[in-house]
Amino acid sequence: MTTEDTTTETVAEESSNDPTNDDMLIQTDVSESVSASGTESTRTIVESRNVNVWYDDDQALQDISMEIPENQVTAMIGPSGCGKSTFLRCINRMNDLIDAARVEGELYLGGKNVYDADVDPVALRRRVGMVFQKPNPFPKSIRENVLYGLKVQGIEVDEDEIVEQSLRRAALWDEVKDRLDESGLELSGGQQQRLCIARAIAPDPEVLLMDEPASALDPIATSQIEDLIDDLAEQYTVVIVTHNMQQAARISDKTAVFLTGGELVEFDDTQKIFENPESDRVEDYITGKFG
Amino acid sequence: MGADNLDDSLTTQTENSPRELLARSFFFVCAFVSILTTVGIVFVLVTEATTFFSETAGLRGVTGPTVSIVDFLTGTEFSIASEQFGVLPLLSGTLAIVVGAAVIALPLGVATAIYLSEYADPQTRKYLKPALEILAGVPTVIYGYFAVEYITPLLERYLFPDIGFFNALSASIVVGIMIIPMVSSISEDAMSAVPDDLREAGYGMGATKFDVSTGIVVPAAISGIFSSFILAISRAIGETMAVTIAAGASPKLVEFGTVGAGPVSVPYPDPAYFLEPIQTMTSAMVQLLFSDITGGGVAYRSLFGIGITLFVITLIMNVLSDWVASRYQEDYD
Ligand SMILES: Nc1ncnc2c1ncn2[C@@H]1O[C@H](COP(=O)(O)OP(=O)(O)OP(=O)(O)O)[C@@H](O)[C@H]1O
Ligand SMILES: [Mg+2]
Repeated sequence: MTTEDTTTETVAEESSNDPTNDDMLIQTDVSESVSASGTESTRTIVESRNVNVWYDDDQALQDISMEIPENQVTAMIGPSGCGKSTFLRCINRMNDLIDAARVEGELYLGGKNVYDADVDPVALRRRVGMVFQKPNPFPKSIRENVLYGLKVQGIEVDEDEIVEQSLRRAALWDEVKDRLDESGLELSGGQQQRLCIARAIAPDPEVLLMDEPASALDPIATSQIEDLIDDLAEQYTVVIVTHNMQQAARISDKTAVFLTGGELVEFDDTQKIFENPESDRVEDYITGKFG
Repeated sequence: MGADNLDDSLTTQTENSPRELLARSFFFVCAFVSILTTVGIVFVLVTEATTFFSETAGLRGVTGPTVSIVDFLTGTEFSIASEQFGVLPLLSGTLAIVVGAAVIALPLGVATAIYLSEYADPQTRKYLKPALEILAGVPTVIYGYFAVEYITPLLERYLFPDIGFFNALSASIVVGIMIIPMVSSISEDAMSAVPDDLREAGYGMGATKFDVSTGIVVPAAISGIFSSFILAISRAIGETMAVTIAAGASPKLVEFGTVGAGPVSVPYPDPAYFLEPIQTMTSAMVQLLFSDITGGGVAYRSLFGIGITLFVITLIMNVLSDWVASRYQEDYD
């Protein structure tokens, strides 16, 4: 895997093509765009253009094009196996880790195609945090879990403060404040998931990808996480996969509906998707008529 | 299945059907035979050892010289000719081999395991891992020959012109090479068993491959890695052929120098020990066996005294290994 140094070199070499490209990969001059409903104007932070993904010979995503607005919550819904996780993992290039996976198309983060040869996936993932579908805390102490991202990124901080703040935001602080040195694996499944959320937000990513972060949580923790997401959307862009329609309707500004086969069927303001979708298939899916 | 024969289906005794009974008996007999063999060997070892120690020899009706347990364990001279049977020089030889081998094999073995598990592409791993394991199958006499014919001359030419023809250094180097596959193979298994979720979590946080390998995978696999260390060290302790050939047959207690002065002077073992011929517990046993092949003499009986000492050391290592494995085991479900 390339290190930051080599990337910087590559960038320097190729910067003639793209003179604005000095900060590793992403300039913050995000393009201006108008959302489909035309009611509100916002900047696009993540834009996919004709993204196709294959696992060996099976196509998991077909020609996905969408513009994810900055500082908003974008929900992805759709039946199991339709490619929501796959799309999420395209954004921070986690699919690079799967030998069988092949990604085609362009995916821009703040105007820079993250699949360009000069992009270092390590640097990318430092700016795009991720909470996985299955809780995966490290077999380390709760504190070390929260501080992991800062440690690998070499960021110096007031550790106690960051630990408390991140755990508070993830609605876990009260349950673990007296046992921060215990292993993260000793927590319950739902607590582990919240620990993973705390871990993901601790290093302050610009974009936070959340793959069903609330699937293992009770209603109280779920609503706390929803509050957190609301909160986060003031400063960060949140992309969240969920199977819970009410949740998507409650917390998101935009909703993308994927359907079986890896198609993006509709992408629009959440209100429009839930009240008056263009596509009958989307309407069927949302009202539960779709299998 | 209909509801009417539900009762029937619940009461059939599959547990005691002839087939199950036969299988159970077969497995029991196999287990019993191997346990019996082990118990038998230990029994022989213990009873033979009792003929050597003066404390117990009387009970066995042994006539002829014996050695007290204390003299045996604290004696600083081992000499068949003068009937001095102190185990310390041999223990010192064994320890030298173990330390030298561990210095080589533990870091190299773990590094190899990290490479195989984290860096090598599946194709490379597919060929490299079995190839390494072949290294473990080379007869150890070949390693002894290799030490004498190649390593010692190389050491003599380039590093230590005064090195003995037989010496602890070349023997410990080959024993180290011999146990690398054990460390790397068991450690690699432990690292491969670390769930990919954890690696993904690391990469997802912006960790590099190095961060993930050393900061996540190795700690998560640490119990397996420690077990591999202990097994490899046990193997080095018990290694016989290579050290008999390469290390020599001169029982010698390591000398100590001191660093510092007065109250803060700290003794340290003199590294020059590695350049001299020594003798390990195992190679002494080989020599004793040949020195009195008909048995009965004190030299022959001392073989079992050394044997039981080795056995106790290895037993402690095994217990330690189990303890380490359970102490550092992580549960991922
Ligand atoms: N590592 C992989 N190797 C091969 N195929 C995969 C892999 N991951 C996903 N797939 C396939 O890609 C398709 C999309 O999977 P993905 O995990 O993106 O679905 P999803 O929408 O997240 O489903 P869910 O709601 O169940 O999480 C599925 O058909 C799946 O079998
Ligand atoms: Mg998924």
